[in-house]
Parts: sequence; structure tokens; C-alpha cells
Amino acid sequence: MSQTDIEIVVEDPTAPEDDSPSVVSSGTIEIVVCLLLLALAVTLGFDNWRTGASWDATGPEPGYFPFYLSVILAGGSFYGLVATLLARRASSGTFVTRAQGRRVLAVFVPTLLFCLTTQFLGLYVASFLLIAGFMRLVGRIALWKSLLTAFAFTAIMFVTFDVAFDVIMPKGPLEAALGR
Amino acid sequence: MEALGLLLHGFAVLLTWKTLVLMMVGLVLGIFVGVLPGLGGPNGVAILLPLTFTMDPTSAIVMLSCIYWGALFGGAITSILFNIPGEAWSVATTFDGYPMAQQGRAAEALTAAFTSSFVGSLVAVLLITFLAPMISSFALKFGPPEFFAVYLLTFCSFVGLGREAKHKTVISMSLGLLLAGIGMDTVSGNLRMTFGSPELLRGINFLVAVIGLFGISEILLTMEERLALRGHAAGISLRVVLGVWKDLPKYWVTLLRSSFIGCWLGITPGGAIAASFMGYNLAKRFAKESESFGKGRIEGVFAPETAAHASGTSALLPMLALGIPGSGTAAILLGGLMVWGLNPGPLLFVEHKDFVWGLIASMYLGNVVGLVLVLTTVPIFASILRVPFAAVAPMIVVSCAIGAYAIQNAMFDIWLMLGFGVVGYVFKKIGIPLAPFTLALVLGNRAEDAFRLSMIGSGGTLKVFWSNGLVGSITTLAILLLFWPVIDNLLGRVGLTHGTRATSP
Repeated sequence: MSQTDIEIVVEDPTAPEDDSPSVVSSGTIEIVVCLLLLALAVTLGFDNWRTGASWDATGPEPGYFPFYLSVILAGGSFYGLVATLLARRASSGTFVTRAQGRRVLAVFVPTLLFCLTTQFLGLYVASFLLIAGFMRLVGRIALWKSLLTAFAFTAIMFVTFDVAFDVIMPKGPLEAALGR
Repeated sequence: MEALGLLLHGFAVLLTWKTLVLMMVGLVLGIFVGVLPGLGGPNGVAILLPLTFTMDPTSAIVMLSCIYWGALFGGAITSILFNIPGEAWSVATTFDGYPMAQQGRAAEALTAAFTSSFVGSLVAVLLITFLAPMISSFALKFGPPEFFAVYLLTFCSFVGLGREAKHKTVISMSLGLLLAGIGMDTVSGNLRMTFGSPELLRGINFLVAVIGLFGISEILLTMEERLALRGHAAGISLRVVLGVWKDLPKYWVTLLRSSFIGCWLGITPGGAIAASFMGYNLAKRFAKESESFGKGRIEGVFAPETAAHASGTSALLPMLALGIPGSGTAAILLGGLMVWGLNPGPLLFVEHKDFVWGLIASMYLGNVVGLVLVLTTVPIFASILRVPFAAVAPMIVVSCAIGAYAIQNAMFDIWLMLGFGVVGYVFKKIGIPLAPFTLALVLGNRAEDAFRLSMIGSGGTLKVFWSNGLVGSITTLAILLLFWPVIDNLLGRVGLTHGTRATSP
């Protein structure tokens, strides 16, 4: 049988351009991450030192293990920091281009809003808004398709988790009004 | 042959309508997850884990492991038809699989991929059936020092044998161990690193972190790429399947070699990715006309797929026998065991016979059913890719949030998931490996407990880790592995080895 006649083709109209300028280099991000990790290591290390990080008669105190782990983490991040700074002259790759950054934010910001909405309006309302909004605004899919998909998916989730499996999700005023 | 009797018992546990239905559901969801861009084995298992919270452990693990088998099968579909590896371990499959599809031999390539996946898993499951009970009964004699030594060995081999920059592995692992320590200290009852926050009191849940790291971050990464794709549609006819199967005995050396490589790398933390490349490279090296590789040779599909599946399956061996996961997905399944109230480790084989043998039996059955399912339904699954990512992405986000919330019923966990999503995205982009972090987070508390219990037992002296031959040799091996790159280098200098190991990209 022949299988090459039919081809599956999917277009991506909002794909990031390949020649988009770099926003930030990997080296810069590595330095920032190493600095953040270093700060975290110092904070946690200090807290463990306070809890007690020495070795008493029966072995290590509660803070012993985490304290030395913080030291290792600090060491690793410091090494990373120095290594990246030294290698900086050699060109480091692009962390993200402007077009890619835009696309990533196009998912990240709605996800952030979704979490916020979940906190106040409950998960199911937030989920409907996220799916419908994302499909319509980011995916440029027809409004009726977006609304229908969002409603169907949210309804399936509600029936699966809330009704069938009894896994309770955060709820808001809408569920309260419907008496669930 | 005690194992055979127990295995039959396992099949008896399994053969209820409910379990069989769950198995099918798991396989279909798994293939679905494997085919979708930006989702794979560990993500799929992590996201779908909450579905199993209210099930009994046996049904739950059967469904979850079937999701995993399904995802392994699904990864091959996109590699061959679209030249898009669904998983990192499917990359090697594209080398010869896609050229085959372009030559109009897509059905043949798919059959080869599925069949070799099946063979690889089968060898690994046989290994598990006979080796895991032996290892676990041996490990029953382990005390805290032995367990700590084994944990140490796991951590050290990640640092010593990992292919990433050493300091990045160290960062990833120590961060995981640190975060595992947050909350109540299990030995003394003291609070650690909570900074007075009631939310941190519970500690950082492993599964919440995993859903963020593998689910959310994967969506962010996928969006960066061009999602347009062109590929061949394929249907598989019985004639093609039988044709490929008839030629199978010709390739038994390739299949066997790849199975062994896979099993070995699956048990040690080498992983399926390394296994698939190694299987491919070795097949190419030993082949007669090696230049025809990469142009659509069927061995080029057999070799990596067999190795990847053997490795993915055998990664469950140390998890079942010792409570130490051999891969990211195994770590998530281990997290699942804890949620269902089982204590992973050698006692599992004694206390939860039904569970263990049910799982092992489901590996046999799941792979057979999976093989039949993928062979018959490829066209349907290939067309899933027509669904725009703009519809799939928000649904995955919602599923992740449901999963993260359901674990402890805490809104804080949804925020934590989002945070880990960002961390995972950044870490992946600057090359900090996530596997050591995952492993450290799930094993951290157990390793620390083992260490401190050994210390209480020995009166605070480290000599306990060399107190007998067994624990001494494991500890020494661990330290050797930690410094393996240095040792390898030294050996290379005196000319004992050729210095560079035959590793693949």
C-alpha cells in the first residue's frame, strides 16, 4: 500500500522569525542564575547554622546536612560564576531571541493570570477563561471554536475530578451559586 | 522458579475488567502524550498522576506504567513520520526512520520501531522478573549504612558519569537535596529552613516540583520553536507487519546487543538517551556497509529503539528492588508509590506481593497490548498533530494545575508549580541537568535519614561506612565514581586506557 500520497501539513502562522535579534545571551543568564543560587545558598546556610550544624554525641544535628549542602551549592555556583565570567570573551550563545521571548511570554503571562484567577474565582472558571482566551487571542482560532473547546474541556475536567473521582479543586463564587 | 509462580499470581491480579480497561486508557493517554509536541514520558506521567490518587495502588501503577509504555511507543511515531523526535531518546530513530518514510517505507519503519521497542522491553522485563526478587531479598539484609552507601553511589555516579558540566550537575543535585530538607526534620522533629512560613512547613512536594519542571517548562520551551510541520501519513497493513517480522531473525545480533546496552544503561543512571545513541553507533560500527546508515536502513531503526525501551523499562528494576529510581520517570513513579502509601524499597516484595507482581505482569501485558494498539491505530494518532498547539497548550497548563493542587489541596502548590516551571525553563536553556535535581529531591530525606540512623547506631563515627566488606566496597565504589573523570584522565596519561570513552552526543 502507498502511504506517501497523503501528507499531514500543519502551519504555524505566528512562528518566531529565525533572524530575530538576541535579547540576552546565555552567559548573562548563567551569571544571574549563579548569583541567585549563591544568595539562596547563603540564606539557607545561615538558617541551618542557626538551627545547629555541628556534630554532637549521636551524630549530626538537624542543620548539619543542609548546612554542608549549602556550602556545596555555594561552591558550585561560585565556580559557575567564575567560569562564565572567564569564558565571556568567547562568544556565548543566545539565550532567547526577541521573537522567541514574545512567544514564551504569550504563554507565561496567561498562565500567571490563570493562577491568579484560580485563587479568586476557582479553578474551573479560570480554566475556561484560559483556554478560550488563549485559543482566540494567541492561536487566532475562531471564537465559537474557542468557546466550545474551552467549555467542553472544563466540563470534562469537572465531571472527571469533582463528580467521578472526588478530587476537590479550588472553587469560587460561580460554583457556590450553582450549589456545588 | 518461584518467580514464575508469583508472576502467574500477578497475571491473576491483573486480569479483571477494571484493570484491563485502565490499562487501555493508560496506553491511549500515553501514546497521545508521546505524540504531542513538547510532552513526553515523565511529563505525561507527572501530569496524569492525580487521576490515580483515589485508585488502589495496583490499578494506579498499572495505569501509570501503561502511560509510560504508551509514551515510549508514541515517541517513535513523530520521529519517523515528521522527523520530530517526541523524546530525546527518539533522536537516533530519526536518522534512519525519517529517510525510510521519505522513500515511502514509513509503514515498514514504524513496524520496525514498534517491534524493536517491544523486544527491548521484553528483555528488560525478563531481567526484572528474575533479577529484582533476588536483589531485593539480598537487600533485605541492608541496614541504614548499606542504604546510605547505595544512595551515595547513585548520587556519585550521576556526578562522575554524567555528560553535563560537572559543576552544573553538582548545583542541580545539591539544590535538590537542600529543597528536600525544607520543613520538618524527620529524625529530630526540628523545623528547618521554613523561615516561619506555614506553607513551607509541609516541605516542598516532589510531585509539585516535577509537574512544574517537566510540564510547565516544557510548554514554554515548545513555544519557542517553529511548530509548523510536514509529514507523511501512514497506515500499516498486515502484509508489511508480517514482512518485517519475517526478516526479524536476520537482525538478532543487533536486537540482542541493543537490549543489553539498554538494560545496562537503564539500571545504572546512564539513561535511555545514551542507550539509544550507543545502540545506533554500535550497530553502525559492526555493520558491513556502514555508509548506508542514515539513508534509511532498517537496522538504524531497530538498534536505537530496542536500546531506548530496554533502558526505559529496566530503569524500574532498581526502583522496585531498592527504592532507587534509574530514570526521571522512575523517580516520578516512586513519588507515586509514596502518595499511595507504599514504602519503596526491598520490603515491597515481601509486604506488597500483589502490587509488585501485578506491576511486573502489567509490563508484559501492557507491551503486548501496546504493540497491537499502535500497529492498528497509527493513522489516528498521527493526525492528532493536526490539533493546533494553541488549543493543546492551555489544556496542559490546566491539567498541570489540577495535578499540583490535588496532591495536598494547597493553592500555594499551584504557585510553586509555576515557579518551578520558570526554574526548569531557565535551567534547561543554560544546560543545568534536571535529572539529578529530581532524583535528589525524591531521595534526599531517605538518604539523610539513612545517614543519621547509621550515625546514631555507630555513635557518630564515619567508620561505619567501611565496617564490613559489602558496605565498604559500595562506599569505595561511590567515591571512585565521583572522581571517575579525574581517574580516567590519569589512567589515560599512563596509557592504560585510551582516555576518551566512546560516548555519544
